[in-house]
Amino acid sequence: MVRLDEHKHETENKPIENAPLPARVYIPLSQHIGKPCNPLVKIGDTVSVGQKIAGLEAQLHAPIHASISGKISSIQGWPHPVLGKCKAIVIDAEGENQCQVINLKPQSEIEKLTPEQIRNIIFEAGIVGMGGAGFPTYVKLTPQKPVDTLIINGAECEPYLTADYRLMVEKTDEIILGIILIARCLGAKKVYIGIEDNKPLAIEAFKDKTSGLGFEVKVLKSFYPQGGEKQLIKNFLRKEVPSGKLPFEVGVVVQNVGTVFAIYEAAYLNKPLYERVVTVIGSCISNPKNLLVRIGTPIKNLIEFCGPLKEEPAKIITGGPMMGIAQYTDIAPVIKSSTGIILMNKKEANEVEEQCCIRCGACVRECPAGLMPCLLNLVSEKGRWQEAKDYGVSDCIECGLCNYVCPANRRIVQTIKRAKLEAK
Amino acid sequence: MENKLTVSVSPHLHKNESVSKIMWLVGLSLLPSGIAGVLIFGTSALRVILLGIVSALFTEGILQILTKRKITIFDGSAFLTGLLLAYNLPAHVPFWIPIVGSGFAIAIGKQVFGGLGQNIFNPALVGRAFLMASWPRYIATFTTPLSYDAMTSATQDAVTSATPLALLKEGKILEHVSYLDLFLGRRGGCIGEVCIIALLIGAAFLLLRGYISWHIPGTYVLTVAVFTYIFAGENGLFTGDGIFHILSGGLILGAFFMATDYVSSPLTQKGQILFGIGCGLLTAIIRIWGGYPEGVSYAILMMNAATPIIDRFTKRRIYGK
Repeated sequence: MVRLDEHKHETENKPIENAPLPARVYIPLSQHIGKPCNPLVKIGDTVSVGQKIAGLEAQLHAPIHASISGKISSIQGWPHPVLGKCKAIVIDAEGENQCQVINLKPQSEIEKLTPEQIRNIIFEAGIVGMGGAGFPTYVKLTPQKPVDTLIINGAECEPYLTADYRLMVEKTDEIILGIILIARCLGAKKVYIGIEDNKPLAIEAFKDKTSGLGFEVKVLKSFYPQGGEKQLIKNFLRKEVPSGKLPFEVGVVVQNVGTVFAIYEAAYLNKPLYERVVTVIGSCISNPKNLLVRIGTPIKNLIEFCGPLKEEPAKIITGGPMMGIAQYTDIAPVIKSSTGIILMNKKEANEVEEQCCIRCGACVRECPAGLMPCLLNLVSEKGRWQEAKDYGVSDCIECGLCNYVCPANRRIVQTIKRAKLEAK
Repeated sequence: MENKLTVSVSPHLHKNESVSKIMWLVGLSLLPSGIAGVLIFGTSALRVILLGIVSALFTEGILQILTKRKITIFDGSAFLTGLLLAYNLPAHVPFWIPIVGSGFAIAIGKQVFGGLGQNIFNPALVGRAFLMASWPRYIATFTTPLSYDAMTSATQDAVTSATPLALLKEGKILEHVSYLDLFLGRRGGCIGEVCIIALLIGAAFLLLRGYISWHIPGTYVLTVAVFTYIFAGENGLFTGDGIFHILSGGLILGAFFMATDYVSSPLTQKGQILFGIGCGLLTAIIRIWGGYPEGVSYAILMMNAATPIIDRFTKRRIYGK
């Protein structure tokens, strides 16, 4: 593991702000791992905020909701921050009623919910893992083996991002209610909350407010990739998830704090997932911010809101700088798993030429999965997929650390991602 | 804006590190022992060093032009090969020895395998082995330190003498060489190997910067010390002088600067420990029972050959397996 330059100071003390309502949103039909949803609305339909607009029949998925009230103007292919391109439902804002009417459910009503009902609420709210992966949350909360441990991931180990941190500081009580709900749903006896030591306010808030609840707040050193699911499990429980298996196999479920907050909102406020906190930051931005953004808002709107630009961005990344995706256009929308938008200038985006591997072994030392990245790179580049498989390519978590430390600037992750697909 | 955006696969951050930066910093770490070599042996040492470097750069450049590849003579790696080869030569060798040695090191030790990162053996040691096999007369006679000249006679001509290890091999008793002499480099030997303190300063720099780790040099030096302590004594087992063996010959130069060569040493820490122990055993065996007084070069070369198989059996344990 490596200590990275954090670049968090610009936004870590900025409270979450509402982004201006977009006049038009582009809501992709695929925002989760699994088959894309089918639209449940037609062009010309009027929808209101929070209304379910896309879903699937009885398959692994997360339904999608309108993030603004208005009229469906089209259902068309549109740039997608992860997939490149995807069909999206386009809504033009109409009317004044842009906020959902929200009634806080009484605690007594919440306490009556059965685990099955909780899961159903989470499913209906369209909640997916909001730390970046986008795995449907209700599936994660339906483990095939008994789970005794719940780990709440507040590490936010990617540089630049502060969205989770702000949530933890500003919505501590809500997140705690969400945690209690999830723990009950899973029947987990032990709850850990992992927070990196560069987030002192969040640590303080959680230590304060969880006393007496039996939760354990664990302070993590700020090393990348501390917030990896498998890394957290190893760190807290001294056990490893078997290769190719999911954490429930060792009796653990890990949830990101953003997801927990969404679960709180779904259960207590009856609010589906149609907005999320996004950190907009980077050397080109003059007013970096933590924004509450409606799903489907084009990145461009957010960049303008945080403007003016200091210089023309040479690279726009959605997600963190280690695992995020470089965008080819600024009209791609924010989706459920977008944690941040980072604008890099020309110097930062400069691609250094690849050199020969000198076998320095830095990648081998740092790989959190225990792989030999330089050898994987070598065999993958030559298309020797079977060898890549033998070297354990499928155990790569794509954290990007090998690439980061490589003095020869080898595109290790790129070749590994390819090999993963080919070696299946 | 669209056409101006860079699209690349993550990660989008990179450590401020490059191959040439590492090479030049390793070169820098060898500076103290070079200066010490010149102070100890005089300007002829400087001549050998410069010729070694120039020949290495020249050979690399010519071969890259001939094979129509990118010219990378300033990436520091050819410089380092030339420098290390020169450090492994006595100061008084004829001018063409470092030229031929460096040329061979680059051409046969490195470029025939495909250049940087592809070679199996440490190029500088390939060059040295070639010189040792071809002109042993020049390589195995060593310049006496200038300070000895002043002590013994007034002659300024290169006086040759055997190294402490060679004297030991011939069964001569080393009365006039103290540990301090060895530590400071007041002895016969190769240019870059004699001044232990200067080498350790450079090694400390590399260790602190994280460019080398203790695994190879630590196990290497320790193995030589233990093995020679047990077997190298005149009066039976466990009477050898391990410290003498650490301080003499090219062990420190070899262990910290040659055996740690990334390209030709194992990738994992486990592998590096095995590699270091192997180098140590071979060095000690050659020194005690072999035909040469010194065994560092051949020990490292032999272990270079074993690197692929060490890598194969010392893979890291994959998480969850």
